[in-house]
Amino acid sequence: MHSEKASLGLRIAAWGGLVFLHFPILIIFMYAFNTEDAAFSFPPKGFTLKWIGVAFSRPDVLEAIKLSLQIASIATLIAMVLGTLASAALYRRDFFGKQGISLMLILPIALPGIITGIALLATFKKLGIEPGMFTIIVGHATFCVVIVYNNVIARLRRTSHSLIEASMDLGADGWQTFRYIILPNLGSALLAGGMLAFALSFDEIIVTTFTAGHERTLPLWLLNQLSRPRDVPVTNVVAMLVMIVTMLPILGAYYLTRGGESVAGSGGK
Amino acid sequence: MNTVALSQTSAGGSPLRRFSNLLYRRPNLYLSMLLVPPLLWFGAIYLGSLLTLLWQGFYTFDDFTMAVTPDLTLANFAALFQPANFDIILRTLSMAIVVSIASAIVAFPIAYYMARYTTGKTKAFFYIAVMMPMWASYIVKAYAWTLLLAKGGVAQWFVQHLGLEPLLQFVLGIPGVGGSTLSTSHLGRFMVFVYIWLPFMILPIQASLERLPPSLLHASADLGAKPRQTFMQVILPLSVPGIAAGSIFTFSLTLGDFIVPQLVGPPGYFVGSMVYAQQGAIGNMPMAAAFTLVPIVLIAIYLTIVKRLGAFDAL
Repeated sequence: MHSEKASLGLRIAAWGGLVFLHFPILIIFMYAFNTEDAAFSFPPKGFTLKWIGVAFSRPDVLEAIKLSLQIASIATLIAMVLGTLASAALYRRDFFGKQGISLMLILPIALPGIITGIALLATFKKLGIEPGMFTIIVGHATFCVVIVYNNVIARLRRTSHSLIEASMDLGADGWQTFRYIILPNLGSALLAGGMLAFALSFDEIIVTTFTAGHERTLPLWLLNQLSRPRDVPVTNVVAMLVMIVTMLPILGAYYLTRGGESVAGSGGK
Repeated sequence: MNTVALSQTSAGGSPLRRFSNLLYRRPNLYLSMLLVPPLLWFGAIYLGSLLTLLWQGFYTFDDFTMAVTPDLTLANFAALFQPANFDIILRTLSMAIVVSIASAIVAFPIAYYMARYTTGKTKAFFYIAVMMPMWASYIVKAYAWTLLLAKGGVAQWFVQHLGLEPLLQFVLGIPGVGGSTLSTSHLGRFMVFVYIWLPFMILPIQASLERLPPSLLHASADLGAKPRQTFMQVILPLSVPGIAAGSIFTFSLTLGDFIVPQLVGPPGYFVGSMVYAQQGAIGNMPMAAAFTLVPIVLIAIYLTIVKRLGAFDAL
């Protein structure tokens, strides 16, 4: 955008900022392969793959991974359905209460997670619902909806409505229009939203702390390890795993939605 | 394949066809069918829960029997202003403000460089490089910092090898900032907060700078402004909405956090950890509910302030 070169100070601040953002993440990767089994000494003493095997033979780790995957999958599915419905309802028409509804969808991530968490817990207690996998899913789905909603509504706004009208004019019914026109158009945005929702759910800890009961998701397992510094190497390997599972979806989502401005037939908006 | 499917149903008699015609003719029916499931979910589960929680703030907690009775009282909300509780609120609030300011200062050069000096592949690289740490697991990032700041850990190694130990000792000695070690100091906790929320500040600032028309900068230069003047009088004021939008996240997220204060920094409750302790160990749900009102009210006040700065247009 500008022909002049950035000053040295600015370049150092910008690239230094990126290093700052990534350094702690690299540290996690480094310690996961550390030979030492107790301390956090730096520089590390040696390189080993042993702890990965140890971590994956631990039943408590495997249990937590399984639970987290199940919860993230179901919560993502619910969020995809509700988020798509909400964005289909809100993207085009103006009606009374529209602003309020979009505010309500954003509220679970705009307010601190602790409020959502304790509010759900208070309600579950009042209704006599025992906290467990079901209550975790309810909490996760609630704050994942807005992620899918944001992705899908952005795509819908770029998709020309005349495509849908043309389909109807040519004799397609609602289902056919949805199946052959709307869904292929939404596909990648929906997938991107789903991947991000999955990452968000897989990593969530604040709401989960309140709604988990006796269940232990992978982030809760990690937190529990931190307050009891036993088997540090296993913790490090799991930390690396969680890091990867939450970072890869953002790459995927980026590639799925980039360059979306040039969607065919995106006249108007 | 499509045309076959289409011609089969275009005769017009199928129930599906009649149904979709009905929906097309009655957009309100169509709209309400779309809206009912998400509204039910959010209305019943989310808003219902929030109201249940706030309502419980009026219940009475008996200190002797440790039981909650549904006798309505304002005592819980009044108790927020007791010195001990008010201290917690002030401590959390000041941390949220300091973290927001520091994040803006660290984020600005990154966002500025991204918006004005990168194009094509480099811009994409920066974008991903900011997005990845933003989405990377929150608990693992907090854990990474406990490793970094630990005794004999990475931070200490750097401090030793750069000969900065006297400086670190001096900083840790300042009351209200320091602590006995880096990982039990206010400074350490502050650094972790700034680190974790930084990407939430970078992206809105970058977006607001990206929208800044180059013609404005040319005009400013043509009218004789030095680059410094252009920056101070054109670029910075126009990036305020972006900074304000980013600060919504840093402010709100710090205000409600209870994991970082638990892992790094000196003992002493934050609002989040107080809520957690009240409902968990103590079992005083009414007091926990009263405490959750604090971030809600503070964020509402904050939002009305930043709205005047144009934050909502930059979100």
